[in-house]
Order: sequence, then structure tokens, then C-alpha cells
Amino acid sequence: MKKPAIKSIPYEEFKDNETLESLIAELNKERTNVLVSKLDDLINWGRSNSLWSLTFATSCCGIEFMAVGAARYDFARFGFEVTRNSPRQADLIMVAGTITHKMAPVLKRLYDQMAEPKYVVAVGGCAISGGPFKGSYHVLNGVDKIIPVDVYIPGCPPRPEAMLYGMMQLQRKVKVENFFGDKNRKHSRKEMQDSPIIVTNVPDSLNEKKNQQ
Amino acid sequence: MNPTFIDIKEFRQHMENLRRKGMDFLRDLIGMDWGDEGLGAIYALENTATGENIQVAIRCESRDNAHIPTVCDIWSVAELYEREIYDFYGIIFDHHPDMRRLYLRNDWVGHPLRKDYDESEALNPIRMENESPEDVQRPYEIAEEAQLKELAKQTNKIHGDQYIINIGPQHPATHGVLRFRLALDGEEIRKIDIHCGYIHRGIEKMSEKLTYPQILALTDRLDYLSAHQNRHALCMCIEKAIGIEVTERTQYIRTIMDELQRIDSHLLFLSCAAMDLGAITTFIYGFRDREKILDIFEEVTGGRLIQNYNVIGGVQADITPDFAHKVKEYCKYQKGKIKEYNDVFTNNIITQKRMIGVGVLTREDAISYGCTGGSGRASGWACDVRKRHPYALYDKVDFKEIIYNNGDCYDRFLVRIDEIKESIHIIEQLIDNIPEGDYKVKTKPIIRIPEGRYSAAVEGSRGEFGVFIESRGEKSPYRLKFRPMGLPLIAAMHKILKGAKVADLIAIGATLDYVIPDIDR
Repeated sequence: MKKPAIKSIPYEEFKDNETLESLIAELNKERTNVLVSKLDDLINWGRSNSLWSLTFATSCCGIEFMAVGAARYDFARFGFEVTRNSPRQADLIMVAGTITHKMAPVLKRLYDQMAEPKYVVAVGGCAISGGPFKGSYHVLNGVDKIIPVDVYIPGCPPRPEAMLYGMMQLQRKVKVENFFGDKNRKHSRKEMQDSPIIVTNVPDSLNEKKNQQ
Repeated sequence: MNPTFIDIKEFRQHMENLRRKGMDFLRDLIGMDWGDEGLGAIYALENTATGENIQVAIRCESRDNAHIPTVCDIWSVAELYEREIYDFYGIIFDHHPDMRRLYLRNDWVGHPLRKDYDESEALNPIRMENESPEDVQRPYEIAEEAQLKELAKQTNKIHGDQYIINIGPQHPATHGVLRFRLALDGEEIRKIDIHCGYIHRGIEKMSEKLTYPQILALTDRLDYLSAHQNRHALCMCIEKAIGIEVTERTQYIRTIMDELQRIDSHLLFLSCAAMDLGAITTFIYGFRDREKILDIFEEVTGGRLIQNYNVIGGVQADITPDFAHKVKEYCKYQKGKIKEYNDVFTNNIITQKRMIGVGVLTREDAISYGCTGGSGRASGWACDVRKRHPYALYDKVDFKEIIYNNGDCYDRFLVRIDEIKESIHIIEQLIDNIPEGDYKVKTKPIIRIPEGRYSAAVEGSRGEFGVFIESRGEKSPYRLKFRPMGLPLIAAMHKILKGAKVADLIAIGATLDYVIPDIDR
């Protein structure tokens, strides 16, 4: 790694507490307030209070999710009010409702399209375990079978307060993330290299690999 | 009502005769598997002029090679109903222009509602690869020697030279998980191909294994915005079958709850229609007032959105002592708010420009496609089940059936706003007169319905919601069919969309007011 060149302070001194303390004392003398913290904490504070969700409402829970967004429950108070309809812009996916066999690949694809770091909230009995439709021939019994879930919000449908509480649990989770380094990635670096996103159903005329063969 | 069975050779002729005699409304089309007797279908028809109802059935003995002549040129809605039956039972409808699966993936193995369907995971695992777009339709024709052969020629539904965009299944303006494939010419829509089934949960198949009180829980989750009415329909059907008379008090509670639910649904319709057209304020207004109904629901039933309130023989729990007071207070409040919606949204020039004259559905098409509810009444068709076949207390209260004649988006919108007023009017007539008495009649712990066929219908929030039960005397039904309110609406979409622009699709979808879990079941 290339060493950064900083004029006011040699690079080695960053690791030396005494130098840092003397610098702070010097600044304090000029009545300047100094706050020392990890950059991770700052980023996590910002991220946890501005969680953008991808609305993935398939049934009843989606209506309650709308109610949470409306006048009485108003999740803007906690910073969740921005909902995105594109997975590329979202931090988390709210899986609100039953996931069926036909929907499962769509959900997985949307999840794969989201940028890291990403979270999944399973809202309601159906998303958690299949709920009242467990045992049906066309229902996926829990989204955790296909994507990793961070927070489960039980209920059929969950009350708005439950949704707020669930989102707060997610905030707690975000607050302890290590943003630097790739410790908390859902896919490890090797996994990402090994399995890039594969696009199927490309028309043959556009499929270069096939044409080369 | 027992259907008359028609021989397959005379079937087409018979159906054409019925249509000529004025049977213009195909209420429902029910696929059946009668085991060894073969597969078949039951057609419920109504004469909209006289109100006469009949049921016609057809049966074909061959299970592996079942063919029925199509009727989709006689009643347009049959096009989707027949695709549903093909999907669930594997019955092929001859001369149907587009015989594809409607709900399940096109690589699904088997037909799930058949009695001999193999449910094992090995046959139909959760497939994670994307579904290949099946753009081909296979017209079936009867060959000369009565041999049934599939035509080799396969025609593309949407041609390659058209510009195709895909809307959904995950799109905020489709009100759920519906998927459209649109073929465009510039901004104009040329063709629409509708894909359902993204929230198909197989409720009808599940019902065949559950007992009647257990099935009730699933009805709320069909169209969650008419949870009360759905459950009311099933309870009514079962009560009729086992011969229970519910008390007067129950009738009052059910009617009031149905109407509250209707207001709730129409407020949500208003909110969502406004938001789809870009008016966020109206969305907040609608939800603000809707919460007040949900409060009443919660206090009485314990549930906000899904209440599980009606049970066989009555309701789950008695109303609270201050129920009447709260409802009256709410009615007074709501009446004053309607002017607010009109000021901020209905009379807004942007709203009017986007809705007036857009997406016209004529009366003939509305009947042919079976578009009941507000969408049908906006086209001038008096299709309200509360008037056509009164149930509960609707023959005792005085209310107007809201009818508009233009059939465009604006009329569909106005119908709902006016219906809020009518619903309040109905509630006000009932709320002071709730009689004393039991809220529930005692029923046997295990409910068995005597052998036969039963049906009931209620006016849901967005159309006629019907229940059909065929019983063999067991504690679970042999066949249970729900008439979806939304399926006829999306069947009519390609007719409504003719010549419309892409932006109009949003206004049309919003005002047709379908709920996808109700369509997919």
C-alpha cells in the first residue's frame, strides 16, 4: 500500500496516542472542540438513520406498510420515509407478503441487483414461514430459504408499531457494522468472483458466448 | 341450484341460443374434477335485463384428453376463465385463441386442482431460474376424424418488430404483483399481455383439505380490502347449506361492518389513485381518515386490516358498548371530509385532464367482460349485488345505486366517491336500531354440509364476490370456488387500453381498482 503524504503530521504518528493527545491539547488551547471517533461510527450513524427501502409488497402486509408511511404512524420520524422502486438505489428490501414459486426467482434477482451493504426484512407470517399458506403447492415457506434475512417482523399482518420496532432493530444492526473492510459483506470476495450475476433468457442473437461456439 | 348437463356435441349451439335469449352475463366459470365421471365445467349465467339465473354444466369423460368448445367469442370474459381452467385442470378449450397457463409457470408439471395431482416437491421444486417468456399461443382445432390435434403453426402473441416494455411484477402502479407486457408504437399501446399468478397461493386447493371454519381464515386474505364481505359470502353460503338462520342482530352488525369496509376500501382507492397520478396530499388525507375506521374495527374485532370477524352462525364477538357512538361520530366526520377530497383532487385540472375521456369501457363490454362493481356501474350497468340479489339487510334499507354513463376513468373515480356517501347513508339508517339478541347462533362443533351444490354472492368492495361449494357431505368441501372480483377487470384491460398512451395505463389501472391477491387467489 502506498503511504499517504500529509504535511502537518507524519504518517507513523497516527498510531501514536501521545502525539494525537498533544495535538488535541494544542487545539483545545485555541478553544477548538475536538471529537475523536471511528469513521465507521459516523457512517453507521448516518446510514442507520436514512434507510431506504425497496418496496416489495405482494399482499396484505403491503397495505400496512403504506399505513406506516401515512399520516398517523409516519415513519419519516425515524428516517425510513424514502422508499425506492429500483433495487439499485435501496439499502434494504421489505419482503411484505407471500412469496410464491413464480415470485421466488424475481425476489432473488431483485436481491442480487441491490448494492452492498444490503439488508432483508421479512414482514408477516407468510414471508417468515409461509404463514397461513404453509403447505400450499405454490408457496415458498419462508424467504430465508432463498435470501438471508436480517429482521423478522411477525404478525398477520404486523401492526404498524411492530413494523416500526422491526425497523429499529435493523437500525441497531446497522449501527454495529464495520463499513471498512469487507467483514460484513453478505457475499465473500471469493463468492462474488466465483458467481457473478448470470443473466438468463438472453435472445440467442445477442448471446456472444453461444455465437462464438 | 343444480346445473343442467349439456351434451358436448350440442354444447356450442346451446350456449349460442342462451346468449340470443338474453343471457349476457357470465357470472362465473367453475372448473370441476368429478373423479371417474370425468372433468368438466359449470357455467353460471345471468340475464341482466330480467335477473334470471341459470347454471349449465358440461362434462367430458376422457381425463387425459379433455376438450371443451370455447365460449370466449360469446362472453369475452371466458377467455381468462378458460385459461384458468386449463391451468388448474388441463382441460383444453377448442378454438380458444390463446391457450396458455394463466397462473402457474409454464414449466409447471401437472394441473394442481385435479384430484389426482401429485403434490410432491420433486416434481415441482422451487425453480430459481427465470421463466422463459412463452410468447407463443397454440390454437387447438378439431380435426376431421374427431381426432384432436395441436396445430403445428405457432403464432407470436407479440410480434418481434414491436417495441416491448415490461411493467411489473414488482411495480408500484400495478397495485400488487401483476405483470404487463406492452407492445408499443411510439407512446401508444398496441397490445397488452397480462401475466398473473405471482401471488397465486392455491387457496381453492388448500380449502379442499381444511374444515369449513378453517377456510374462513383464508377468505380475508383474498381481497384484504373487502375482508368482511368475502367472509360474509362464505358464511352466508355455509349457513344456507346447513340451514341456520342468523339472528337479526348479526344481520345488523354484518351489514354495518360491510359498509364500513367498503368506505375503508374506497378511501384506499382514492389514496392510491391519487398517488399513482402524483398527488401525495390526497394519499395522506385518505389514509388519515381510513385510520379512524381501522380504530373502530380494532376495538370491535381485534384486527386492523384483517379482522376474522364473521363466523358460521354469526360473528366472533359482540360489538362494544360505545360502537354505535363511535360509528356515528365517524360518519359525521367523514361527510365533511368528502368536500376536502374534491377540492384538493377531484376538481383539480390535472386530475380531470388525465381522467376525463380516458380509458372508456362501454356498457356492452362491461357486461360481456363481467366487470362488476364500481367499474361496471361507471359504464352504466346496474350490477350491484345488493340490489340484484339482496342479502342481509339490503332490502330493508334505502340507498341509491350509483350509476354513471361515460365509463371513463373520471366516472369510475366519481362512483367510488359517491358510494362513500351512500355507505354512510346506509350505516346511519341502521346504527340506531341494532336490536338486542344473540350475536351468534350455536352450531355443531364439526360442520358438515349436506351433499349438493351451493352458491352465494355479495357485493364486495370492487365487484361481485361469489362463492360456490360442491359438497359430498364431508367436513371439507369437494370443490370450493371463489369468483374473483378483479379477474374480469384485467380481462377487459386490452379493450380499454386500445389507443391509450402508456401514461394512461396508470390512470386506467388505478381507477379499475383491482387487488391482485383476489385475482390470483
